[in-house]
This record gives sequence, C-alpha cells and structure tokens, in this order.
Amino acid sequence: MANVIDDATIEYVGILAKLELSEEEKEQAKKDMARMLDYIDKLGELDTEGVEPMSHVFPVRNVFREDVVTNGDDRENILRNAPAEKDGMFVVPQTFEG
Amino acid sequence: MAKEYETVIGLEVHVELATKTKIFCGCSTAFGGAPNTHTCPVCTGMPGTLPVLNKQVVEYAIGVGLATNCTITQYCKFDRKNYFYPDNPQNYQISQLYLPICRNGYVEIEVPEGSKKIGIHEIHMEEDAGKLIHDDWEGCSLVDYNRSGVPLIEIVSEPDMRSAEEVIAYLEKLRMIIQYLGASDCKLQEGSMRADVNLSVREVGAKEFGTRTEMKNLNSFRSIARAIEGERARQIDLIESGEAVIQETRRWDDGKEASYAMRSKEDAQDYRYFPDPDLPPVSISDEWLERIRGSQPEFREEKRKRYKETFDIPDYDIDIITDSKHMADIFEATVALGAQPKKVSNWLMVETLRILKERELDPEDIQFSPKHLAALIDLTDKKVINSTVAKEVFEVMFAEDIDPESYVEEKGLKTVNDEGALRKTVEQVIADNPQSVEDYHNGKEKAIGFLVGQTMKAMQGKADPASVNRLLKELL
Ligand SMILES: [Zn+2]
Repeated sequence: MANVIDDATIEYVGILAKLELSEEEKEQAKKDMARMLDYIDKLGELDTEGVEPMSHVFPVRNVFREDVVTNGDDRENILRNAPAEKDGMFVVPQTFEG
Repeated sequence: MAKEYETVIGLEVHVELATKTKIFCGCSTAFGGAPNTHTCPVCTGMPGTLPVLNKQVVEYAIGVGLATNCTITQYCKFDRKNYFYPDNPQNYQISQLYLPICRNGYVEIEVPEGSKKIGIHEIHMEEDAGKLIHDDWEGCSLVDYNRSGVPLIEIVSEPDMRSAEEVIAYLEKLRMIIQYLGASDCKLQEGSMRADVNLSVREVGAKEFGTRTEMKNLNSFRSIARAIEGERARQIDLIESGEAVIQETRRWDDGKEASYAMRSKEDAQDYRYFPDPDLPPVSISDEWLERIRGSQPEFREEKRKRYKETFDIPDYDIDIITDSKHMADIFEATVALGAQPKKVSNWLMVETLRILKERELDPEDIQFSPKHLAALIDLTDKKVINSTVAKEVFEVMFAEDIDPESYVEEKGLKTVNDEGALRKTVEQVIADNPQSVEDYHNGKEKAIGFLVGQTMKAMQGKADPASVNRLLKELL
C-alpha cells in the first residue's frame, strides 16, 4: 500500500461521520481507507487531459416542476418513519446549540 | 496616540422565496401549518426519493441576480453539503458550491459621501432545514419538517462594508429590490430574511484583512447594529491586549446583548461538497434570460422618477410611498380609479402611517383595497361624510377592508344636509349657551369654536363643519 492513513486522519474522519471506533476498528479502517486511496491513485494514472469531469450519467438537463401544490397532509404516513413520535413531531436525541 | 481601527464587514443573507411549493417537491410552503403536515418522502429525506426542481425558484433567483447586476451562470448545478444534524433529514443540504446561479454583481447604497457600490460575490439556491424544538422536560428534541425544503437564495456580499450604517443600508436595498420583484416578503423578524455578519478589524491603512468571525442569529436591524458594535469592540480589545482573534462562528444573544462562540472542534466545518447526482444541470438559454429581463418590474428609482413627472405630490410623499412596493401599488391602483393623487397620498401618509406605527405593522401588512380607499375619498369629496367621520370609517376599513359606502349607509353616518334641521339645531345651541354668545359678541372669537362643537355634538357628528360655521356666524 502506497497510502498511509495516520491516527489523526482516522480520528477526524470518525468525527465527521459521527462514528465511535474502537482501537481495533480504527486499525482496520486505516487499512481499508489506504486501499481505497491506492485504487483512486490507480485511476489517476489515466490520461484525462481534455476530458470534461462528469457529474451526471445521463445527458439530461432542465428537469423542472411547475410551482403547484401537489401534496396534501400525509403526516400520519410520514411519522410512521419516525423512530418515535410526540405531538406530531419526530423525536430525536436532545441537541444543543453551542 | 491610540491606534485607529477600521471594521470590515461582509454579509451572507438568506432569503426565503415566495413560491407556493418547496424547492424539490410539491409540498406547500404556507406558514403556520400544524407540525409535519407539509411534508412528503422527498423533504423528509427518505431513501430512494427523487427531488425535482421548482422552476419558479430558478426564475426568482435569476430575477434577483439581474436586479443586482450579476452575471447569470447559464450552466449551473447543485451540490450536496454534508453535515449531520436532526433538522437536516438527508444528512446533506442541497445547495450550490461550484456553479452558483449568479456571480459578480453589486448594489449601490447611499452613504454620507454619496453613493457606494457593495459587491455581490455570488447568489446560490438552496433548501431550508426543519425546525427543532427542545423538550427539556423529556430530555429530547422534536423535529417539524414543514420548513425542510423551503427554497432559499443565499446572497454573499464582498467584504465591502465598513460600518453598521452601511450594513443596514445594504440590507434595506436588498429588501427593497426583492420585495419589488415579489420574490420574498423579506421579514427579518419572521425569518424570511436572515443575515449572518462576517466581521474583522484592521488598523486604518493596513492592506491585509484581520481574522474574521461569523455572527449568526441576528433577527432585527437593531440587533445587527448592536452585534456589529459589540464584535468590533471585542476584537479590538483582543488585539490591544496582544491576543489573537480566533476564526469562529458566534451566536448573538439578543436578551444579553452579547455573543458567544458556537461551534466546537467536534463540529469541524468540513462539508465535503460533491455534485448532486439526482438533479440534472440547469441550462439557462439566452431566450429564457431575456424573457425574465423583459418582465422585471419597475424598480424604486424609476418609479420615483415617474411619480415626479406624473403626479403632483411632494418628493417626501414619493419617497415614503415608493419605499414599499405594496404601498406604491395601492397608491397607483387608487389613483387609477379616479381619486386625486394628493388626496390618496394624504390618506397613506397620515392615517395609514399612523395606524401602522401604532400597531407596529409594516406597509406590507396593509389589507384594505384601493377600490375602498377610492370610495372613501369620493364620499368626502361629495361631502356625504365629513372628515371626522371619514377618519372613523378609515379605521374600520383599515382593520376589516369594509366597503365605506355601505358602511356609512348602514351606520347612518351621512352628513345631514337638511339646511332647515341644521338651522334649527344651531338656533337651539345659541339659545342654550347665552354666555358663549355674549363672549363672542365681546370679541372672543374662540367662543364660536365651542358653539360649533355643541352643534356637532347635537348632530351626532354628522354635520358639515363649514355649514355649521356659516350658519352660526349668520345667526349670531
Ligand atoms: Zn415534500
């Protein structure tokens, strides 16, 4: 493996992904990430000079909706997807600002 | 000698667009619905759903871009901004990073030295998040996704402002333009316009910018001004005492009139943007652009000029009336119905402004129809009602948009034009008030005022004051 992921990086990626990893998992994740980056480096060997970056697979543009209300009150169904419900709202673990 | 500092300010302004539906689904954007009654699988981020762009959002964004002298990005795309927070059910916000719809614009503001250009770096389209309610009792948070997916534009200025006054002038200018376009009602208090302030200080004459902070949660012009003064002082204190300003996001607390740092290291701002594969790119043809350019409304400057040329009303009135698109619309519609411009202007400038101020309302909150204002003016012109009654009718009209004609009829408020009846009343008043009559004959001109008042009272306010005056003078 050409790429080496250090502890600081795996720590940071863990924070971004909101994952708590055990020491063992961190070691495994470091190896997996390094392998992925090696693969990306391999792709980088291709000559892409003059090739436009592609963000969309289909050559489609301008798919629009008109500004017309088409959805009614479907709260009951929507709330079936909530882990828990209270007063018509989704209940989530307490969040603090600050 | 104490060092002199310059404040450098740039603004990020979020504006909620006045569309009927959300940016990527057909849910209503109406304000005040019961929690989660305006939601669907798309705006609650369910797997496998497909967002479809609301065309009106693009048109409003282009409209604002053209009105702020921007270059429109004719090939633009959406990107995903990744972060975890329960108000964001997809775990990413759909926004624009690489190809925002508008770039390189400016607006002009009035400053003591004349006019000044404030650069606009870019305007991009994005979706709003849901609303979190903290339930301290149960130790949990509750989420309402009615706001999730409501369309926003974010207007990012250049760091061109140097004082709170300039910031407020800039915001007022943006608000005016956007209200004239009908793209948003831009109410700071209700959150349909939100401003984040990026601020740094540097010694006067310095070339480099200082380290900036970002201030959030500013929901009135007053708190914006206070926050700017406070943050300027805080940064200068730090610098003077040899400490460094830390680049951070700070939250303004309106009650405490102070700000505190918001994000911890745990919330690293690394959004890992990438192009949204669900949304095909938007390609804006020259024809489409020209069509929008052609349907831009008459903005304030042009309107002012036209009013000066067309209507015989003072410049001061013109400034106030054109300050609000809604008020200007009412003015023009009422005049179009045949009312005399100066009279329409008087009703707007005096009674309307008085009631708005009393009830802490904006001109946008005016509900009465031009048809009814024109009818009220007609009733006073024809002396069907006197000016005191007219003011009373106007109060009711302002609150309930009643038809003044039928209201006056119903309540029996018409001025009594029966000369005989009026003469009789005046005679009675003269007979009942010998002291005032004597005072009048002794040269106390004021005494007649009292007699007019007594007559009006006897007539239950429904007499024409000029006729009362005339008759009194005649009979005395
Ligand atoms: Zn929806």
